[in-house]
Formats: sequence, C-alpha cells, structure tokens
Amino acid sequence: MIVLSEEDVMLKDMANGWTADRAPVPALRALRGQLADTGFDPALYAEMAEMGWPAILIPEEFGGVGMNRVSLGLIAEELGRNLVGSPLVWSAAGAVSALTLGTNQAAKEALLPQIANGSLAAALAIDDENHHRPHTISTTAQKYESGWVLSGAKRAVPDATGVGLLVIAAQLEDTSPALFSCPVDTAGVTLTSLDRIDSRGAADIVLDNVSLGPDALLGQGQDYLDTVLDSVRAILAAEMLGGTAQAFETTVEYMKTRIQFDQPIGSFQALQHRAADMLGEIVLARAAVYGALQAIDAGDADASRQVSLAKAIAGDCFRTMAREMIQIHGGIGMTDEHDAGLYLKRAHVLDHTLGNAAFHRERYARMLDI
Amino acid sequence: MALDEQQFRQQAQDWLTENFPPSLRGGRFIMPHTQEEGSSPSADYLLWKQRMAAKGWSVPTWPSEYGGGGLSIRQAEILAEEMTRAGAFNPIGGLGIMMLGPTLLEYGNDEQKARHIPPIVRGEVEWCQGFSEPGAGSDLAALRTRCEDKGDHFLINGQKIWTSFAHVSDWCFCLVRTDTSVKQAGISFLLIDMKTPGVEARPIELINGVSHFCETFFTDVKVPKENLVGRVNQGWEIAKRLLQHERSGLSSQRNVANVEQGLPHLAREYVGTDDAGRIADADLRTRIVQHMMRQEAYGLALKHRNAEIEAGQDGTAPMSSLKNLGAGVAQELNELAVEILGHAGTGNRGPGFSNTELELTSGWLYSKCFSIYGGSHEIQNNILAKRELGLPGA
Repeated sequence: MIVLSEEDVMLKDMANGWTADRAPVPALRALRGQLADTGFDPALYAEMAEMGWPAILIPEEFGGVGMNRVSLGLIAEELGRNLVGSPLVWSAAGAVSALTLGTNQAAKEALLPQIANGSLAAALAIDDENHHRPHTISTTAQKYESGWVLSGAKRAVPDATGVGLLVIAAQLEDTSPALFSCPVDTAGVTLTSLDRIDSRGAADIVLDNVSLGPDALLGQGQDYLDTVLDSVRAILAAEMLGGTAQAFETTVEYMKTRIQFDQPIGSFQALQHRAADMLGEIVLARAAVYGALQAIDAGDADASRQVSLAKAIAGDCFRTMAREMIQIHGGIGMTDEHDAGLYLKRAHVLDHTLGNAAFHRERYARMLDI
Repeated sequence: MALDEQQFRQQAQDWLTENFPPSLRGGRFIMPHTQEEGSSPSADYLLWKQRMAAKGWSVPTWPSEYGGGGLSIRQAEILAEEMTRAGAFNPIGGLGIMMLGPTLLEYGNDEQKARHIPPIVRGEVEWCQGFSEPGAGSDLAALRTRCEDKGDHFLINGQKIWTSFAHVSDWCFCLVRTDTSVKQAGISFLLIDMKTPGVEARPIELINGVSHFCETFFTDVKVPKENLVGRVNQGWEIAKRLLQHERSGLSSQRNVANVEQGLPHLAREYVGTDDAGRIADADLRTRIVQHMMRQEAYGLALKHRNAEIEAGQDGTAPMSSLKNLGAGVAQELNELAVEILGHAGTGNRGPGFSNTELELTSGWLYSKCFSIYGGSHEIQNNILAKRELGLPGA
C-alpha cells in the first residue's frame, strides 16, 4: 500500500480549506428546498472546476489533469465532511470513467474537455427500480440505422437535477448492458426532481422513445459497466469516509463541552469507550477505502473486490457513526437545527447509492466463491 | 524503488528455494517448550532455524550489527509474502523477539545489547515478561514487587502473575518498585536470570487445559546492577514503549489468513453447500463473509501503517485501535470456527474428535484471552479516550 504523497496531502488540505470556507454545512442548508429545482449551486461547481477537480481523471490530451483515483477520493472525502451538494462525483468519476473506459473516440473528444472545464456536469442513470441491480437492466436500447432509441424509466438518479448530460445504462438486444450519452434536453427525456431526505437534487427520469445518434453508445458489456460503477463506488466510499470522520469529530467535541452532573459527558467511561470503539471502525473504513482507490489506480486484478469491501465497510461505518452522533448528542441531535440529522440522512442515501452494504457483501462473497 | 523491490523479491525467492527444507512446507513456528514431552524438533526444523538465524531473517528489520537482517519494513513485508508463498514460516519467535529486543535496542546500553540481542536473534534464549501482579493487572503501575539497592546488587522480593512460559524461560524482563512514595515514577526495568536462587515459577491451568501462564515468586533474589535497563525509576517509560511493541506484535501476528482459505473451506466441509455452490447455511455464510471483510480491512490497516512508518511518517491508525481490532477479528474467527464444527467443536480430547477439531476447540477457548492480555480491550479504550481523543478524566 502506498502512503499519501506530498502532492496528495496538499490537495487534501486545499480541499479541506475550500469546503470549510466556501461550502460548509450551512451552504447545504441554504440550498434546502431549492435543491429540487436548481440541483446544486453552479457558482460553487464553477469554483471546483477552476481548481481542476472535475478534470482529475481526464487525460491531458482531453484537457484534463491526468491524476489518479486516490487524488479524487481525497477531494470526495473532504466534500463528504461538509456534505457538499454537487455533481462532482458523477461527472468526474462516473461520466469520465464511462468515456475513458469506453471505445467511443468521438464522444471522448467532444465531451471530456467540457467536463474538464466544468461547463458540462453529468449524472449517471443506472437503477430502474428501488434496488441496485445492475445486471438486470430493464431500460432498453434498440438499434436503428439512424442511431439508437432508448425506452424505460430510471429511479432516483443522484444529483441529476441541473446537469447537462445523462449517462444512461440500457440493455442491448443481445441482453448485454451498455452506457449511452444523452443530453438532458433530448426529446422524450422527462426529469422529475425528488425531494429526498439528504436534500440533494436526485430525479426520476422517464425515457419515452428517446432517439439518440449512432455515436451515443459509449461502451458495452458487463465488465465495462462494472468497472465504470466501481470507479464511482470507490469515490462514494471516500465521501462516506469523510462524512463519518466529521460526524465522529463533531461528536467527540460535543462530549468535551456538554456538561451534565457538573462534568463534561466525555469524562464518562461508557461514552469514552463507545468513542474509542468507533475510532477503530474508522481505522478499518479508511484502510478499506484507500486500499480500493489504490487498487483501481494500480490496476489490481482484485480491484472490484476491494471496491465492494470499501463500499460495504464505509457504508456500515457511516450509518453506525450517524446513529451514534444522534444518540450521544441526545435531544439536540434530534432537532432539525443540529447537523446530526443531516449526516444520518446522507449516510442512508449514500449507502443505497450503487449498492448498499448487503449488496456489496454478497458481491464480495461471490467473487470468492463462498 | 519498484525495481529494487522486484530485485529483493527475487533474492528472497532464490534464498528460500535454496534454504527452506521442503519437508517443513505448511509447518509453523514451534515454541521450544510447547512440544509434547519427550519429542524434539525435527532435524530439518533445526536446520531451518540455524539458517534463518545465520541470515538474520528471524528478525528481518533489526540492525545487522547485532545479527539482525538489516532490512527495511517494506523488504520485510516482501520477505513475509514470499515466505507465505513458499509455505515457509519463521522458526524463531517468542517474547525476546516481539518485545524485549526492540526495547533493548532503544534503551539498553552497548554491553546489554551485545550480550542479549544476538542470542535472541538465534532463538537460543527464551524470555518471559514479569509485569502483572495479583494486585496490578489493568492497573499495572500499582505493582509492588520490591527492589532494594544493596550497594553491589539489587534485592528483589515479590510476586508476578500471568508470566507466560516463566517455568521454562531462561530470563525475565521485569518491572520492580524502586520508590514507594510515587506510583509510575517509582518503577524500574530489570533483567533477571531465572536460574537465580529464590526464583520460583508455578504454571496455572487455563480453561483450555494448557498451562503456560505462571505465578512467579521472587524471594530474596540477588540481581547484579548491570541488569538494570535505563536509569533507576525510568521503568514506566520503558515499559510503555515495550507495551507498544507488544500491541504491535500482537496485532501483526493476527494478520494470518489468506482470505481465500480458512473458514469457507471449513464450512464447505462441515456444513456443506447448496445447489449454487454457496455455504448451505445462509445466516452463517453472511457472518463468515462479514468476518472475512473485517479481516481483510484489518490487514490493509496494518499494511497501511507499515507503509507510513517506512516512509518516516507517524502511523495514522493508533496502536491501541489496531490491538483491539486484531483481537476482535481473531476472536470472531475462532467463534465462527467452532460454530462451523458443530458437535465436532465440543471435544476436550479424543477419541471421537480429530486433532484439528480439538485444536480449533482449544484455540477458541484460548482466544478469549486476546482481549485481556497485552492491556485489555477496556484499557486500550481508556488509552484511546485520553491520548487520541483528548477526552477529560472522570
């Protein structure tokens, strides 16, 4: 395993400083209620683009930075700390992986530079129903001479509201899965924004005989789809790690300042030991997340197993920590005014994004033929 | 860097091919005193021990000046990987290697290092740890074994407990009280030859029938002054350092398993599989998978820490967390193993139970001490609360 380079540490510190300054949790609160319409704050996303974040995984020949997953993961971790609402993960990891791992040169040349400079944000539409089942996609893609026609419905597409590009999973006639690029304003595409507990701009999408050009196909095959999804899952795991770390630190700080029975509640051993055990869980989650990011970067043969390990462990860890955050804060943790609830809600949604912990445990088990 | 690693990997492979006796493949370290009475290690085992000792690879990262391997942590990791691949193992172990050696390298004087380290490297001298006392377990600094300065020697009186292998050890590293007016600041670190008159060790039988933990009594034991490590009353500082080595040693030992083997293999044999080839008991299967994931993540955490130390950074993961996680994962492994065995996991001794079954059952019982020794789970949590999290005292 590689340790973080000086460059990585600088990047992480910069992301930490920026989110604390420009996109702290109150920024998410300010967007609440409007997020279903505007999706995210375009000004904030433009600032991220200026710092080169959407371009991290994009090769230099397409206007990108050509850095690795660890770098993007570190940024996601910092965004996760402050629950920053943005289409960064789906653009920089989702759409970019769909393009770079695919075979469509024209689409790479047309789209990657726009994603790199932040002018085009993207969402990844995978699930057709309430559970993540990427090997049984019901949305179909029919091939015609003039191009493709997509039909189906996509459920709870994360951060889709406000983006310009959809990357859509559909089943080809030979039943293999494929990813298509589809401008959001294409005829037949209907987005309905959802008001979800995490206040982010998810949307249901109906695809009613959507006609796309012959160049819309980005790549196909189960391995291709799995690799693209793993690229995003690893980044989501990093985001969950960041959320967990912040929830933990906030809780430990509260334990030092909240006075009951004339002493800080953090002096009570029952609470100290829960915090100490939780610290251990975060040690495991961090090891799994960094391990997965590095495994992808290194092209390890077992990278997808590492990703499932990370997504499952980080998912369980974030949910547990968010529950503990509320319990240890007591009544104040149940109020909307306090941030604890925001972390619990985000933990729940992120766990269910691209496969929850149970999904990834099962996937891990099958990879080991258990 | 990567090229150097590759070169070293090749060297290690070549050396193992030439030197590791194939008859020992898949074998493991035998504590010199845990063998059945009357049996002795095979000639190949002794040969392997002698070759590893000569190479210094029994302690790959210790300085070659004292007979160690002089390798970097990364090289030692590669060596361990190659040894696993070759079915090889380190034939030399024990507390001298895990705890005293690293402590002595840091706090011992030149004479002490030259005298004690090389025999540890060669596996010639067995050490035991005289820390806990009947009244000083988790509250270790409450220890009362007295050490009086008699001018040309120290005089020791008192009792230790849970001294592993004291009855068969050659030497003991011991915490003794040199000042009764203060607690931590009145403790010194002493090396005691177990053959000295007045030292007596009595084994205590544990729940799994083994008895390598002892009560050790010191009655008017004379210890030469040259056996004091560090200064008088510096013992607590040295002990804390040694306990870090213990935690680190205990956690790295736990990085046992190749994730593809072990429990699933056992479950297929004792529980069977369904038509799809999955372990037949769905609930058990889930818990096995959950355990394996924790184990793999824990292994990554250890690797991550080693890489950080290697790069000259402080480890991000606290040692106390790793000790608790390692103990927890290992206990979980043992729980699952006996669950998988069913009735076969209830045996005290044969007939009716295979040796493997008896070992797993005994191992499960013994595993209960993982969260007690080396500082209990609760003591580690106290340390974490205070030092890592900065939480106030009660």
